[in-house]
Amino acid sequence: MLNQSLSKKRKGFEVLMKALMLLSVGLTAALVLFLLIYVLGQGVPNITWELLSTKPSYLTEKIGILPDILNTVYIVLATLLIVLPLGVGAAIYLTEYASNKKVVGIIEYAAETLSGIPSIIYGLVGMLLFSNSMGTCLMAGALTLVIMNLPTIMRTTQESLKTVPQSYREGAFGLGAGKWRVVRTVVLPGCVDGVITGCILSVGRILGESAALLFTAGFAHALNGIIDGLAAPGATLTVALYVYAKEQGEFGVAFAIAAILMVLTVLINFAATLVQKHFAKRRSL
Amino acid sequence: MSNIISVKDMSLWYGDHQALKNVNIEIPEKSITAFIGPSGCGKSTFLKTLNRMNDLIPGVKITGDIRYEGTDIFSKEVDVNNLRKEIGMVFQKPNPFPMSIYDNIAYGPRTHGITNKVELDEIVERALRDAAIWDETKDRLKKNALGMSGGQQQRLCIARALAVQPNILLMDEPTSALDPISTSRIEELVVELKEKYTIVMVTHNMQQAVRVSDYTAFFLLGELVEFDKTDDIFSQPRDKRTEDYITGRFG
Ligand SMILES: Nc1ncnc2c1ncn2[C@@H]1O[C@H](COP(=O)(O)OP(=O)(O)OP(=O)(O)O)[C@@H](O)[C@H]1O
Ligand SMILES: [Mg+2]
Repeated sequence: MLNQSLSKKRKGFEVLMKALMLLSVGLTAALVLFLLIYVLGQGVPNITWELLSTKPSYLTEKIGILPDILNTVYIVLATLLIVLPLGVGAAIYLTEYASNKKVVGIIEYAAETLSGIPSIIYGLVGMLLFSNSMGTCLMAGALTLVIMNLPTIMRTTQESLKTVPQSYREGAFGLGAGKWRVVRTVVLPGCVDGVITGCILSVGRILGESAALLFTAGFAHALNGIIDGLAAPGATLTVALYVYAKEQGEFGVAFAIAAILMVLTVLINFAATLVQKHFAKRRSL
Repeated sequence: MSNIISVKDMSLWYGDHQALKNVNIEIPEKSITAFIGPSGCGKSTFLKTLNRMNDLIPGVKITGDIRYEGTDIFSKEVDVNNLRKEIGMVFQKPNPFPMSIYDNIAYGPRTHGITNKVELDEIVERALRDAAIWDETKDRLKKNALGMSGGQQQRLCIARALAVQPNILLMDEPTSALDPISTSRIEELVVELKEKYTIVMVTHNMQQAVRVSDYTAFFLLGELVEFDKTDDIFSQPRDKRTEDYITGRFG
């Protein structure tokens, strides 16, 4: 008798817990779906060819986001161009060359911590370090983003360097190869996936960044080539979104940009998964 | 027959742990020397010392004297990369690089400065022939080496080691990961190779030592207990411990 009532109680509890969990899953899914549909619904109708292909004009009072798109491309390119050699180089040094494991540990820990710091702090530091000397410009923004993304590139590269089998290194050393040759011919080809993954993650982060860039790169919408563009102040898409919504009350444009960013983010995540899968398959061969 | 390697009073520590104690051995040229002994007695450690692969492990300390053709291998004048070119190595687990068969074999020669295509082609073919794997690979030289069977991969690794034209080939249990057919092919190969090379081979397989080797060294707990002609070691061991080991009384 006693046992039966106990098990009944237990069963009730189980059912309740299951229901609660289902509810929270449902709520989460509903929220995400709502956000997607709402942003796309508000944004997509506002995306026109004109919006994408022109710059804002005070004469016709029309808004175009081509400068912001280009600025985003410039800043992504400039950041990656600088952060890649630095991050990959640091990762190679730490995993392949550094002999003091304690120092390596400290640097890894610092990198881990750095990537958790709120981006507005990077913005503040970037302003003092770069904008004050070179002026508010995309390049100052890019340099700030370099500091922000350095830990990401370094860590993803390091992680994939660690998956290169030790036996490859031994094999190469055993044939009389020097350290650099081993790194270049056997180790580096094995960590391409980490580098690519790091790049994709960084691009995602750069696309989403606003706080750090407001401080350092400004928010102009001038149409420039890449060299002039980097030397001039400029808004990326995310910054432009903020400016149009907050300063000018142009919610249609803001939502159009939001929709574009959202689609790009989904694509980036998809690309990252694809790269990981591709290399996982090759590795298990 | 002269000795190509001579080791005097050699000891080795991994940190505080002494893995080799006062090893003395003279390894004769153009012959096959087998290292036997229970697991953990230091066979691999000793083998890896001979071409300084232990340099890669942090915290290793080595004392004593190791000479290759009369030269102290730890002296400042010795370039460790050249030493490893002269004293090649084949590992327990086949470890081809994830590249084509051709590039695997050409890796060593390219490392040592050979870039001429005709010359490389010749070296690759000769190495693959010497390792008795030419017929199986000649039509797929551009294919990835990881697509081969374990036995083929190991012979490829032997060919890769031969391609730099070493004098000595160190082999650490080269057949332990292979099936019996691949094993006997590699054993035949090793016997053929001693025409041109000095071979030092670690094995856990007593029959293998008897079948292929001319000399056998028995290690126990970091000591070289006995070193002699293989026939003598297995028919009339001088040390009680050797006798116990080869008759299977422990190990
Ligand atoms: N990298 C290392 N760091 C610390 N200790 C090690 C290292 N490699 C080997 N040792 C130790 O040194 C001793 C000898 O090891 P070694 O690998 O040479 O033995 P072995 O005779 O080759 O054994 P097996 O037959 O199992 O391959 C063992 O006690 C082992 O634990
Ligand atoms: Mg061993």
